[in-house]
Amino acid sequence: MMSHLLPPHLHCCQCHVDANSPQCAGEEKRVGTRTVVVGHRPVSEADAYVAQKFCDNRIVSSKYTVWNFLPKNLFEQFRRIANFYFLIIFLVQVIVDTPTSPVTSGLPLFFVITVTAIKQGYEDWLRHRADNEVNKSNVFIVENAKQVQKESEKIKVGDIVEVKADETFPCDLIFLASSSTDGTCYVTTASLDGESNFKTHYAVRDTTVLCTDEAIDSLTATIECEQPQPDLYKFVGRIIMYRSNQEPVARSLGPENLLLKGATLKNTKKIYGVAVYTGMETKMALNYQGKSQKRSAVEKSINAFLIVYLCILLSKATVCTTLKYVWQSNPFNDEPWYNEKTKKERETFKVLRMFTDFLSFMVLFNFIIPVSMYVTVEMQKFLGSFFISWDKEMYDEEIKEGALVNTSDLNEELGQVEFVFTDKTGTLTENSMEFIECCIDGHKYKDCISEVDGYSQTDGPLKYYGKAEKSREELFLRALCLCHTVRIKQADQVDGLIGHPECKNTYISSSPDEIALVKGAEKYGFTFLGLENDFMKIRNQKNETEMYQLLHTLNFDPVRRRMSVIVRTTSGKLLLFCKGADSSIFPRVQQEEIQQTKVHVDRNAMDGYRTLCVAFKELTQKEYDRIDRQLNEAKMALQDREEKMAKVFEDTEADMHLIGATAVEDRLQEQSAETIEALHAAGMKVWVLTGDKMETAKSTCYACRLFQTSTELLELTARVVGESERKEDRLHELLMDYHKRLIQDVPKPRGSLKRSWTLSQEYGLIIDGSTLSLILNPSQDSSSSHYKNIFLQICLKCTAVLCCRMAPLQKAQIVRMVKNTKGSPITLSVGDGANDVSMILEAHVGIGIKGKEGRQAARNSDYAVPKFKHLRKLLLAHGHLYYVRIAHLVQYFFYKNLCFILPQFLYQFFCGFSQQPLYDAAYLTMYNICFTSLPILAYSLLEQHINIDTLTSDPQLYMKVSDNAMLQWRPFLYWTFLGAFEGLVFFFGVYFLFQNSSLEDNGKVFGNWTFGTIVFTVLVFTVTLKLALDTRFWTWMNHFVIWGSLAFYVFFSFFWGGVIWPFLKQQRMYFVFAHMLTSVSTWLAIILLIFISLFPEILLIVLKSIKERSHQTGIFDLPILVSYKRIENGYVKTEDALTNVAERYPLRIL
Amino acid sequence: MAVNYSAKEEADGHPAGAGPGGGAAAGGGGAVKTRKPDNTAFKQQRLPAWQPILTAGTVLPAFFIIGLIFIPIGIGIFVTSNNIREYEIDYTGIEPSSPCNKCLNVSWDSTPPCTCTINFTLEHSFESNVFMYYGLSNFYQNHRRYVKSRDDSQLNGDNSSLLNPSKECEPYRTNEDKPIAPCGAIANSMFNDTLELYHVENDTRTAITLIKKGIAWWTDKNVKFRNPTGDGNNLTALFQGTTKPVNWPKPVYMLDSEPDNNGFINEDFIVWMRTAALPTFRKLYRLIERKSNLQPTLQAGKYSLDITYNYPVHSFDGRKRMILSTISWMGGKNPFLGIAYITVGSICFFLGVVLLIIHHKYGNRNTSADIPN
Repeated sequence: MMSHLLPPHLHCCQCHVDANSPQCAGEEKRVGTRTVVVGHRPVSEADAYVAQKFCDNRIVSSKYTVWNFLPKNLFEQFRRIANFYFLIIFLVQVIVDTPTSPVTSGLPLFFVITVTAIKQGYEDWLRHRADNEVNKSNVFIVENAKQVQKESEKIKVGDIVEVKADETFPCDLIFLASSSTDGTCYVTTASLDGESNFKTHYAVRDTTVLCTDEAIDSLTATIECEQPQPDLYKFVGRIIMYRSNQEPVARSLGPENLLLKGATLKNTKKIYGVAVYTGMETKMALNYQGKSQKRSAVEKSINAFLIVYLCILLSKATVCTTLKYVWQSNPFNDEPWYNEKTKKERETFKVLRMFTDFLSFMVLFNFIIPVSMYVTVEMQKFLGSFFISWDKEMYDEEIKEGALVNTSDLNEELGQVEFVFTDKTGTLTENSMEFIECCIDGHKYKDCISEVDGYSQTDGPLKYYGKAEKSREELFLRALCLCHTVRIKQADQVDGLIGHPECKNTYISSSPDEIALVKGAEKYGFTFLGLENDFMKIRNQKNETEMYQLLHTLNFDPVRRRMSVIVRTTSGKLLLFCKGADSSIFPRVQQEEIQQTKVHVDRNAMDGYRTLCVAFKELTQKEYDRIDRQLNEAKMALQDREEKMAKVFEDTEADMHLIGATAVEDRLQEQSAETIEALHAAGMKVWVLTGDKMETAKSTCYACRLFQTSTELLELTARVVGESERKEDRLHELLMDYHKRLIQDVPKPRGSLKRSWTLSQEYGLIIDGSTLSLILNPSQDSSSSHYKNIFLQICLKCTAVLCCRMAPLQKAQIVRMVKNTKGSPITLSVGDGANDVSMILEAHVGIGIKGKEGRQAARNSDYAVPKFKHLRKLLLAHGHLYYVRIAHLVQYFFYKNLCFILPQFLYQFFCGFSQQPLYDAAYLTMYNICFTSLPILAYSLLEQHINIDTLTSDPQLYMKVSDNAMLQWRPFLYWTFLGAFEGLVFFFGVYFLFQNSSLEDNGKVFGNWTFGTIVFTVLVFTVTLKLALDTRFWTWMNHFVIWGSLAFYVFFSFFWGGVIWPFLKQQRMYFVFAHMLTSVSTWLAIILLIFISLFPEILLIVLKSIKERSHQTGIFDLPILVSYKRIENGYVKTEDALTNVAERYPLRIL
Repeated sequence: MAVNYSAKEEADGHPAGAGPGGGAAAGGGGAVKTRKPDNTAFKQQRLPAWQPILTAGTVLPAFFIIGLIFIPIGIGIFVTSNNIREYEIDYTGIEPSSPCNKCLNVSWDSTPPCTCTINFTLEHSFESNVFMYYGLSNFYQNHRRYVKSRDDSQLNGDNSSLLNPSKECEPYRTNEDKPIAPCGAIANSMFNDTLELYHVENDTRTAITLIKKGIAWWTDKNVKFRNPTGDGNNLTALFQGTTKPVNWPKPVYMLDSEPDNNGFINEDFIVWMRTAALPTFRKLYRLIERKSNLQPTLQAGKYSLDITYNYPVHSFDGRKRMILSTISWMGGKNPFLGIAYITVGSICFFLGVVLLIIHHKYGNRNTSADIPN
């Protein structure tokens, strides 16, 4: 919430997560400054001008050049462990005499590498193009009082650059002069942080007059500023101007003087600025350095399985090598007369021979770790993520945008979420504020517009309606009109901002609250007309225009949670108006004034309104002078400016008088309550993390049904803990008490249940920022971790947790704390504002709401949706489906390669462990690329084992895939056993078939290649039909690829065997396939073996179907929050339940 | 390989929107173009689809049907297989009593060749065409070193390969600096026992005609294997410059007297060159055609097998067999397929019955569940 009031004061958002990156780590240390000589004119001969070397203004977002693309890209690709593994296999094949030709693994690898390289090359080409567009664009530089047109990349630090309206700034500029006489200009930073409102920037005061080429050229000055750093909202510097015969003048420079590259100049004809940061040192460039990569849980499972398969591979190779030498110890086995070794073979050392044998076996069995799985997974993720952005149900008519996918790596993670951390304002609520009521000196004012109009015709509304003194009312309303940073936007008016007050003005501000307040004041007759030359104009109830000179704006920041303005009235009185959160205002006003207002504030907060308190104080000229001096000093400071400013603000905003409070309503977003309910029902725990005050947040939580009336609330807030010295003891007591209630007194459920909501009572926890920091960083370090543990345990037992008064970093802290608990649950953060960025980056999955607070959150998120309600479909339908799809994909890949390679392994026992491949090289190569790849890809893109609508409407289905259910060891073992079983069936089925003297009706015999081809045919058909059995959603595409693949296999086999290929050394497959098909026995055997292989699968389906029936009545009576898999299966059939979750859904839905 | 937007594009003022990775493509259109997703069935994942639900109700009938199909097939195969006559003689001569025991330790070049005769009796007559096989055991024709030791382009009649065989043929590639034709271990170890069959009736031996053509795959004989081409048809001239495989007594162009069964297209040679899948294997040796419809091909009675014992198998503990077999539509005798079909069919049927009972028990309990809601 805090950030709503003023431009978000986020601290370099990239840095929270990526604290180890050099860029961020260096941030604190980067105390050095740089000196920029304006226009490259040496200040004086005396000062030795040491030319500092700065980088040029070329933006390089591309990774490669034409020359280094190949080596660099290859290097990057082979850094991936899988690619490297395949490269090694390939090299082994090239070097060592291995059973399969290098082509068998080289071709797939080449394919993968090429496809990836093309993709990355294309992306890089796009980046090059975009870079060039920026780098080659023309800019005007003032050199020797003349404009010189240059390419953007030629700008050097110190150049004076002229920028015209609607142009973007080519580099970071210090604003020297503008065409408008007051030395201001307006910019939008839409492309930087997504905020489309106009921001005012100020020229350096002493150079505002220099608004022609000649004049600006006469400026002799140097600028000292800090070294480049990524924070968009931070800048400290100093300009020193030298005039002939005068002392140099120094002026402070702040963010308001800095025009950022990427921002666009608006409503100002032209400006002059001097380049301070160029190229890759601009704040924009520094901000676009890679986000940290998030890895999904599925990927971790894949890696675990890979290790298992690698072990299988190694042990297979070891077993074969050992047995080979055991077998060969018999000399007639080693070298019978009919099969002598070559001279070279005889002469090789035995150890070396064993080693190459081992490698050969590795190569022979290496297909068990499929190269194509990586390609397929990538493709599935890439293509699959389109469905999210294509979903028209997640399209919002209002903002005319749909969902946005920033990374496709985490699709399946959406189906695994256990904890949802949500922001409140703008996420659960609309963030469109409406002024509801106010109270002045404890008197409540609630009006609607019509009444106001009515009253204003007579003598102003407040006279009759109000109870407070007239002067206080007016003071209050003036405060509302003055204490803000709202700007007025007039359509299509370039000259000046103050036009005709009558014409429709729209207020623009980064914070909707402020607009609501200004509009609220307007209802009561005080209209803010705009800001002109430091004078704020207000039209009062009597239609007079009042002018106030704006002296200082003490900007909002989330730590202070208040803002102030100092104005001078026309009569010369100096007034300070301050508005802010009650907790930050109350301690700074006269204590006796608080009580009457506090009642209202509390009640409003209970109603779910956002409250702000307004206070003022009158300053004497002397006081003002002191403040003015202090503020200027602090602004001039080059170091620790923030701290110094904060100190001055602290001193200034004290001893004020409370005038009143406002209440602004932030409506709940449509369906946010239903969404929260659905998420709850889906077994997710929803935590609300907000900067709002507790009462407001609590009522919102009730409104959106996060807390039910039956929920017992546990509080850990400043209110219950108290402010006293003993608060730590009190906290300790509370923690112990809650811990006892939630954990110790509850009978332990059997086994270790992760989501144990079998508790009869639901608990909700409320904690606030100060208490949280007390828990996380207690003063006595003795029990620190202890507190944290207890707190976590309590949290995990609660169905809902509300954290209020959170600073952005605390939000991230909470997320990290939960993320790192035992079992590392998958966390999801959803937020809309810049203050949520840290938690979005911290969580496993970060969702941005494309809200009213700019695009910062959406840009840093993994997925962005227009509304909170879209989360429901995103998680329950898309997430669930993606998870099932990819889990099935992964399991299937391991399975199909196991039953592919197992016969080859078994064959070694019958060919003297000579590494003779069972299948032809073409089959070995094409199996994963052509014959079995497309059906699973189509499945993993299109499968809907449960209808999308059912998934969305029945959240409990989500729990079926919770805890990575389909990629646990049990389902993995099931698939592995299935693969092993089928491999055995294939091999021994054909083995027994070959006991026959002949399989053809003409008595002719088959050889080893026919043997392999029969096994392979059975294999291809079985794994494809197995997938067909698993497919629950047969679109024409599924039909096409499944039957098409099989047809292609048959066609290819005929083709491959039908020609004497001149490039092949051996014509092993010549007419083998055709001959195979002339044999009736072979047909019968193939059909039989396919059926036997699929039989367990079919049987399982039937058994489950029967079991479903027998349990069906029971299932629907289950309590909502209980995971099905435990109840229905008990301990009996857990394995089945886990293994083939996919198949069970449709049965249950019936 | 994460599919991320290039941050750059977005920074240039087109918040990319249309889809992952497609940021560039979509970004070009900019903010003007409506980003509303197309309402197509594919994009909304609402393609018309067949959604099969495998329930007990649908699968159990399939079980019955499969059972009903498989069992008769199995019985058919089993009966056919049982009707096949097969007779097998091991003539390795391991046992001292065996007539071939004297030949047990022959070498390749023993002259004169060792011969032995084995007498046997057929209990039943062989009615249809009889196929004569030789069988070897513990002979690893599928050993990798062995399998690849051949040059298919040489065998295909390629003249350059004839004189310069592939390196795969090592150490059977050259002999005394002359290229070996046919090169390689497979060819070198070609089976060279001669088997002759006599019908013994009242102490008179009638030779049974053994047909040596038609035992190899047609495609092998006519396409894959070809003699080298050149001027004239004189094989001796065509194989000029090559030498015979070390273990062969005669060069390749003297394998047979008939020109269409000589050289590389000798069918015994072609059959041998098709490497067997398993270390115990049979290869077709000769055909015995049925002469007339009145007489069986081989009557029951006494027979004798004359063996010219050239092929040494004792050194690697191998066995040699001669097999006489009739053939049915499904090939030679093999009970496996029939038994497997009967077993699977019965299991299917049995499970079908059991599950149907269970299914009905539960189905009756809550019939309401049958109505999809």
